[in-house]
Amino acid sequence: MALVKRFPTEPRFDFAGKRRLTLPFSGALMALSLIAILVMGLNFGVDFRGGILLEVRTKAETADISGIRDEMNALNLGDVTIQRFGEPDTVLMNVQEQEGGAEAQQAAIEQIRSELDARVADWRRVEFVGPKVGEELKQAGILATVLALGAMALYIWFRFEWQFAAAGLAALVHDVVAVLGFFAVTQLEFNLGTVAAVLTIAGYSINDTVVIFDRVREILRKYKRKPMPELLNIALNSTLSRTLLTSGTTLVALIALAIFGGAVIRSFTWGLIFGVVIGTYSSVGFAVPLLTLFGVKPSTVAVTQETDKETAARVSGQGGS
Amino acid sequence: MLQIPLWQKVLIFLVLLVGVLFAAPNLVSQERARSLPDWVPNQQINLGLDLQGGSYLLLEVETDAVIDDQLNNLVDTLREEMRGQRIGYRSLGVADGAISFTLTDPANAGQVEQIVQDLGQQITIDIADNGQATVDLTDQARRERVSNAVSQSIEIVRRRIDETGVREPTIQRQGDARIVVQLPGINNPERMKDILGKTARLTFRLVDQDARVGGDVPPGSEVLPSDEAGPEGQPTRQYVVRKRIMVSGENLTDAQPTFQQGQPVVSFTFDTVGAKRFGETTQENVGRPFAIVLDGKVISAPVIREPILGGQGVISGDFTVQEANDLALLLRAGALPAPLTVVEERTVGPGLGADSVRAGEFAAILALVAVVVFMVVFYGMFGALADVALIANLILIMGALSGLQATLTLPGIAGIVLTLGMAVDANVLVFERIREEQHNFKKVLSAVDAGYRRALTTIFDANITTLIAAMLLYYFGSGPVRGFAVTLAIGLVTSMFTAIMVTRLMVAGWLRRSRAQTLPI
Repeated sequence: MALVKRFPTEPRFDFAGKRRLTLPFSGALMALSLIAILVMGLNFGVDFRGGILLEVRTKAETADISGIRDEMNALNLGDVTIQRFGEPDTVLMNVQEQEGGAEAQQAAIEQIRSELDARVADWRRVEFVGPKVGEELKQAGILATVLALGAMALYIWFRFEWQFAAAGLAALVHDVVAVLGFFAVTQLEFNLGTVAAVLTIAGYSINDTVVIFDRVREILRKYKRKPMPELLNIALNSTLSRTLLTSGTTLVALIALAIFGGAVIRSFTWGLIFGVVIGTYSSVGFAVPLLTLFGVKPSTVAVTQETDKETAARVSGQGGS
Repeated sequence: MLQIPLWQKVLIFLVLLVGVLFAAPNLVSQERARSLPDWVPNQQINLGLDLQGGSYLLLEVETDAVIDDQLNNLVDTLREEMRGQRIGYRSLGVADGAISFTLTDPANAGQVEQIVQDLGQQITIDIADNGQATVDLTDQARRERVSNAVSQSIEIVRRRIDETGVREPTIQRQGDARIVVQLPGINNPERMKDILGKTARLTFRLVDQDARVGGDVPPGSEVLPSDEAGPEGQPTRQYVVRKRIMVSGENLTDAQPTFQQGQPVVSFTFDTVGAKRFGETTQENVGRPFAIVLDGKVISAPVIREPILGGQGVISGDFTVQEANDLALLLRAGALPAPLTVVEERTVGPGLGADSVRAGEFAAILALVAVVVFMVVFYGMFGALADVALIANLILIMGALSGLQATLTLPGIAGIVLTLGMAVDANVLVFERIREEQHNFKKVLSAVDAGYRRALTTIFDANITTLIAAMLLYYFGSGPVRGFAVTLAIGLVTSMFTAIMVTRLMVAGWLRRSRAQTLPI
């Protein structure tokens, strides 16, 4: 009845054999991401950097950016970046942190408001984050990410053997570093929403990884005499259609959001889209191959260590097929 | 597994029914929802400031000022006590967050320690052999002072905001010394910031006529600028004012803006203690100027023409109507125990909010349609069942958001869209399992049964890991990010329910009716 039968019922794609390609690729990806982060840096938004952000819709149909720049420069507020944001009549302005504490920021906002008021039809967003708050938000973001990764690894450790937790954690770090690298290379704004995106990607990616790990463990229990690469291939191939389908539906939803969700969450959604792709890849191409590196073999998941007795009974009762 | 007990069926229907009931008020207008009787769910989804427009302010209580205030009071007390007991001391003052002074005669150490002991247990004193003394508050005393000051500030902030007539503000404490203020519908918060940024400590003090600005200022007096600013922003003049406070704003019971000879003024009323002191002071000082000082600036210094005994008076300055209004408001609401500074501000105009809602709705519908089509294409009838579950999931998310009165933010909408994509994951897992089981020559019933059972632990493990991420996001996030974490977590829970329970019920029903020998999957 389904229009499309699933991918070949017994896909025989040799994933495990590709680990000599994917593991170095992942290593290189992480290294390049780290270099990009160090060299290019992240384009911190006002949340972390502190300073003033304004989004305005101008009365002119096409915003006169150079005119606005001249007026802003006349106010002597230091470093100001002005760019078009989404619609042609919409402009985003980032103003550096003013010297002289919170009052100076307030004064600057008021100055900008009165200077530009004649041009502006709608003050869409005015945000100001003090330097101390920015620093705190940054620390909270780092803390949340580290704790989330740790907690997820712990949960996997609790449900699986330690090798799985270690491989899962490595894949999480892989994804987070790659996504940060993506933000460094594209210079998309890195703000509070982006931290949320990074953590969601971590959750999504581990979700994917856990599903495959679950199958790997099942296969390991089922066949005890086949070589490891072949066992991994069976596990990866039998979860492949699910992996691709779920990533597919999620990507479709996210692309809809990226195109029609408005400019405010654009960097957020692009981060998610990149992250879903990387997270899907890392489950298949990084986390599972790592299992062999950490010495996972059928005896690792011996039935005696079994927690899920039902599965054990089923597996032994069924035998190989 | 396909023999679903009655209680489970009832439970599934009940959950869905409750979901629909709680989601329903969102379909009607706000007024209609409000006018519904109380016993039906009548709460609509609570939109965050980024979606409805408004202003978010994070205020910080200057805790150093609170402690300094306390220490300065202590200095005054110590000075009086030591003078009273004729104990000699040098350089008494507050430095580096503590009081220090030197005793002229170290032999007096015992007496001074006794004085401090009599002041209470929350003060520590340390006197070296050479007479060098340090007096400090205990950590607990500091914490208590700050905590009280923040609670008091929240109260004053609430009163001030209420007086301005802003509708449905939220005022919450955050952390040790911060206050979050959310003002829906306010898209230019300048006036609010002005009102919240003033300590509004009002004092009535005598002008020191023996000293002149620029000359020697006696220890009991200080030079204060006038409140009025000249064209360059500098105060128009300076006053020498006695430090001694005759009456303070704490003794006011009311303040109202009125007009006097066509000029906006603020008239005030004292309580009995204030009225008595004000009466006595004015009686004794007829013909001398009396300074009205607000936050260290002299508003005006009129000459007392006659004793003011009724406990009522006016403050005239060069006010505009708005200034007179705001001053009266501040005096009515009371003084803040310490200055407040705005350390974070986020203001979203109503236009952007509405645009975001529209864009988010559109993206959500598009994502929903795409996923629905996707599932039908890949799984046929089973895909359609999963789609029904997906829509049920969306309704449950709406119901949960309304019922819990969680705040929906723009990233929150993104969270819903993301869950739409991820929600089918559980079904995909189940269906793929069923396909596999069927491939292994299982009978239809046992294939479906095994599919659900074997996918269950996987689904559970996979979702709990994501739930952990969502919970940490909620805990560490703020504002919009929290909104995202909430919808993500709600979406994960509801999707597990709909994807497992609801589809299983539908699949079981279909199997029983059709008695199919092969599965269309």
